Amino acid sequence: MGLIGSNWLVVPIVLPLATATLAMLVGRRSAPYLGLLTASGILLSVAAIGLTVLEEGTIRYQLGGWEAPLGINLYADGLAVFMLLMTAIVGAAVSAYAVGYFTSRQDESGRVAGDSGDRSGSFWVLWMFLWASLNGLFLSADAFNLYVTLEIMGLSAAGLVTLERRQSALSSGMRYLFVTLLGSLAYLMGVALLYGALGALDLATLGELMYPGAATWSALALITLGMALKTGLFPLHFWMPAAYSNAISPASALLAGLVGKASFYLLLRLWFDVFDGGLGPGPGQVLGLLGAAAIVWGAVMAVRQRRLKRLLAYSSVSQIGYLFVLFSLATTASWGFDAWSGGVYHAFSHACAKAAMFMSAGAIVRSVGHDDLDRMQGVGQQMPLAVAGFALGGVTLMGLPPTGGFTAKWLLVSASLESGQWWIAVVLLAGGVLAALYVLRFLNPALIQVKVGPVARPATQNLEVTAFVLAFGSFFLALLSAPLLALLRIGTPFASVLLVGTP
Amino acid sequence: MSPVTFYLLSSVGIFVVCLYGLIVHAHLIRKILALNMMGSAVFLLLTGVARRGELTDPVPHAMVLTGIVVAVSATAFALAVARRLYEECGRAYLPEEDPEDLSEEREG
Amino acid sequence: MSFAELLPLLVILSSALASFVIFFLRDDRSRLRTSIYLGGEIVKLGLVLVMLQGIYVGAQYELRVPLLPDIDFLLQANELAMLFLILSAGLWLLTTLYSIGYLRHAPNRARFFGFFGLSVSATAGIALSGNLFTFFIFYELLTLVTYPLVVHRETPAAMRIGRQYLVYTLGGGVVLLAGIVSLQLVAGSLEFVAGGTLTGDEASPAILIAIFALLIGGLGVKNAFVPLHSWLPAAMIAPTPVSALLHGVAVVKAGAFGIVRVIHEIYGIELAAELGVTLPVAILASFTIIYGSIKAISQDELKKRLAYSTVSQVSFIALGVSLVGYLDTVGGVAHLVHQGIMKVTLFFCAGVIAETIGVKYVSKMGGVGRRMPWTMGAFALGSLGMIGVPPMAGFVSKWYLGVGAIEAGQPWVIAVLVTSTVLNTVYFLPVLYVSFFGKPTGEWQEERPHTRFEADWLLLFPTLAVAGLVFLIGLFAGWELSPLGWAELIASRQWEGQFGN
Repeated sequence: MGLIGSNWLVVPIVLPLATATLAMLVGRRSAPYLGLLTASGILLSVAAIGLTVLEEGTIRYQLGGWEAPLGINLYADGLAVFMLLMTAIVGAAVSAYAVGYFTSRQDESGRVAGDSGDRSGSFWVLWMFLWASLNGLFLSADAFNLYVTLEIMGLSAAGLVTLERRQSALSSGMRYLFVTLLGSLAYLMGVALLYGALGALDLATLGELMYPGAATWSALALITLGMALKTGLFPLHFWMPAAYSNAISPASALLAGLVGKASFYLLLRLWFDVFDGGLGPGPGQVLGLLGAAAIVWGAVMAVRQRRLKRLLAYSSVSQIGYLFVLFSLATTASWGFDAWSGGVYHAFSHACAKAAMFMSAGAIVRSVGHDDLDRMQGVGQQMPLAVAGFALGGVTLMGLPPTGGFTAKWLLVSASLESGQWWIAVVLLAGGVLAALYVLRFLNPALIQVKVGPVARPATQNLEVTAFVLAFGSFFLALLSAPLLALLRIGTPFASVLLVGTP
Repeated sequence: MSPVTFYLLSSVGIFVVCLYGLIVHAHLIRKILALNMMGSAVFLLLTGVARRGELTDPVPHAMVLTGIVVAVSATAFALAVARRLYEECGRAYLPEEDPEDLSEEREG
Repeated sequence: MSFAELLPLLVILSSALASFVIFFLRDDRSRLRTSIYLGGEIVKLGLVLVMLQGIYVGAQYELRVPLLPDIDFLLQANELAMLFLILSAGLWLLTTLYSIGYLRHAPNRARFFGFFGLSVSATAGIALSGNLFTFFIFYELLTLVTYPLVVHRETPAAMRIGRQYLVYTLGGGVVLLAGIVSLQLVAGSLEFVAGGTLTGDEASPAILIAIFALLIGGLGVKNAFVPLHSWLPAAMIAPTPVSALLHGVAVVKAGAFGIVRVIHEIYGIELAAELGVTLPVAILASFTIIYGSIKAISQDELKKRLAYSTVSQVSFIALGVSLVGYLDTVGGVAHLVHQGIMKVTLFFCAGVIAETIGVKYVSKMGGVGRRMPWTMGAFALGSLGMIGVPPMAGFVSKWYLGVGAIEAGQPWVIAVLVTSTVLNTVYFLPVLYVSFFGKPTGEWQEERPHTRFEADWLLLFPTLAVAGLVFLIGLFAGWELSPLGWAELIASRQWEGQFGN
């Protein structure tokens, strides 16, 4: 593969870090251009990494040439590239959206509304740090490095929530900060225990040395709790609705789409690469059960909401449940890879769809000036693109073909039937119908026609278009199932299963 | 009791007590302090772990140093947010959530 | 990629692309929109005819793309597919002309025509699906793209009904999906094969029966089996062209077509009969036939009466294919086309009357026959066909069903047929009687206006054309390219696949 090939791995981390630093210096006028440039750079480098991994298999890169355990290793397998790709796509869309978001805010009546316009510079700085930490997290091959990226991610995400000087934003950002710090500390405690027991930090080495014992069990429990808290698994989701709905919309899109997926990825990585599927079937069953409860509870709560962005936040509670059911399904049996890849596929499609929906919601809230669901009449007439984007994203949440949600649901349902846990299949399928109900909770009022005169409203054309494009693209994600699943096969912990499965 | 076990037990003790403090105390500064001490508990464990073998293991020390840097910046940020919250609503407590807040002034 | 591979895809995409372009046209660009739209339709119809000719001489059209592990996206044209395809593509053209007249001054036409075209694409996809997986994809797409048509009027009532519509059809889809996934796990293949893809050795009979129940239960929602039917009369809130083509033909037929596929090309009629699952379907269908007819009698709103009539008539298809007899299958499959054409005729007439003189209720129809003789004449043809008066299309299907039932040793079906005929007469004849002999209620101008035709020509001509078809396909049922002829060809292939003779 050569030196050039593995050097690519550094680009998606270093590039946004450099931009973040630069953006602090250049101020808010040039920051958007810098951001867009970085976004395209990351897209390119991720594509290059993806192609290399597809052709030549997994890549390992040693920073500065230092070997583990002292050196820092970067490692790209199919799963890591998959997550990088998801982040690059959603990140690029949100970047484009943010450009429109902050300019349209300033254009309004010639002056900056509140003091929030000043924050656009900070947005780019924080978002670039967040992006660097996300990419770093997906590529890290050692447990402590993961902690560092996790903390940078948590801090910059909390910064994004508190970007606006509004009491609700500040208080939910504060709560989110506590939650994310607590989650990282639990993780670090787990890592300390692991190091104490096994004397290694490199994930592959940890996996080889793993044995069930008091220390490793406690480490598993601490790490799982910490990550479940950060991801917002029922019943640890208490912080989520406020944080998602009170942040500005680009930040909501990033939080719901990407940040939650990163902590889930970390759990997935450790659970299957290090803890050998949860050190026995029990812990996985517990997570699966909580996931199933989340699907139902989140959807029921979403239907009962009166505010658009809170509806979306509760929908995330429900959708996160889909991710966690995989822990009770993915075992070394023949359906293990189906369940694992189904969950990961769900993460991808949900990230795109939910980000697009938050972006649509942001455009709508910006335009009508409130997010009261009962006063949405006529929105469909005024902003057809935003409503269409929301609806297309909603179809992914329902898990209908040809969206990525369908591929995920097919794989998960198939795995749950094959493993004999048919009750999970029932919950997964019912969740789709519940999702339709909460999507309609918005669409029903929004599509009702009212007679409205021409109202002066802020220009949101750019926002609507970006949201729609992302939603439209994610609508056809099932058609890419074959190549994406092939990517996931590279370096999967279920390689042994696949060897048996394929003729 | 070996020193390592002693470190381990005291570390877990501090972690649990501070977790309790984080949950029950409403004042933001107390919460931030609790989080800081939880961090220290983890560092204590790591320094203990470094003394397991004959020789002192340098890796946990490196981890503690990095951890301290992270903890300092997290604390600084938390304090800044807490101060701004105090400026905005005049108290250093997290307000109860108001889910039905349908205020017009949303997103500028 | 060769032409034979591309053709099925092109058939689906021709209408989808035209519709997609239309979304981005402003509402007042009606001339451009109509040209693009009709262009798409003519291309589609042309492609379908090319394909029909190819199938007739034995060509193979197949497109296979791997999508999931061991599962392909498979489009495949065979005789059964062509039957449904011709029906939807042909009626689409007539319905479009009708819709142009119907919506001449209505808002949101771009959206309406766009989703209408997408619905037809989804229907074509359903027809051409080569396995249950692909079928499911288009089946759910059809649900999605018909939703905006149901709520087209954008009133609170329409939104409420749209919600009911989605919950019913998505619920059915979920059950169907459970069945399909289980079938894939049990059988490892979901492909449609003449005579059945299952051998019966894949799993215990109990499991096969359970999967069958899931599949039929899921399909039964769109097929409007009682008690899963109540979305259909409610969906009549949609504009009449939608009621006519989609809820008279495409959506309900998607369910019926799926049932035909499952019984004949997944299980195979022999295995299905062995498992003892055909009789329950036949009984369910018979119950639906009778129940729908009885409910139709008490409906005063013409479109509702027609909707309940659809509930009743569509189940003849399921009845025909679930009776284990060759002639029954012919009758059931032929009814797929016959019922579609007759029901479109009736809905068209109801729409013409409502649009021209504003009459929507049977009790207010006095004198309509004198005011609009052509329209009511078409209505008479359609309803006589439904009742089963020879030589109309409906008579042919019923005749085959009856004879087949005796052949299959299920004489009780005759009683169902007779009862349904009597009930059909009871709910259709009063409409004809009132409109020709009843006293006008005077809310509309009875004298004919000084226009050339009794109604907008874009409404009237398609109506007369389909009415003519009702008569012709019955009269020429003996011709081998008539719907009945195709149905015989299809049934004989199923029977060959099954019994090897």
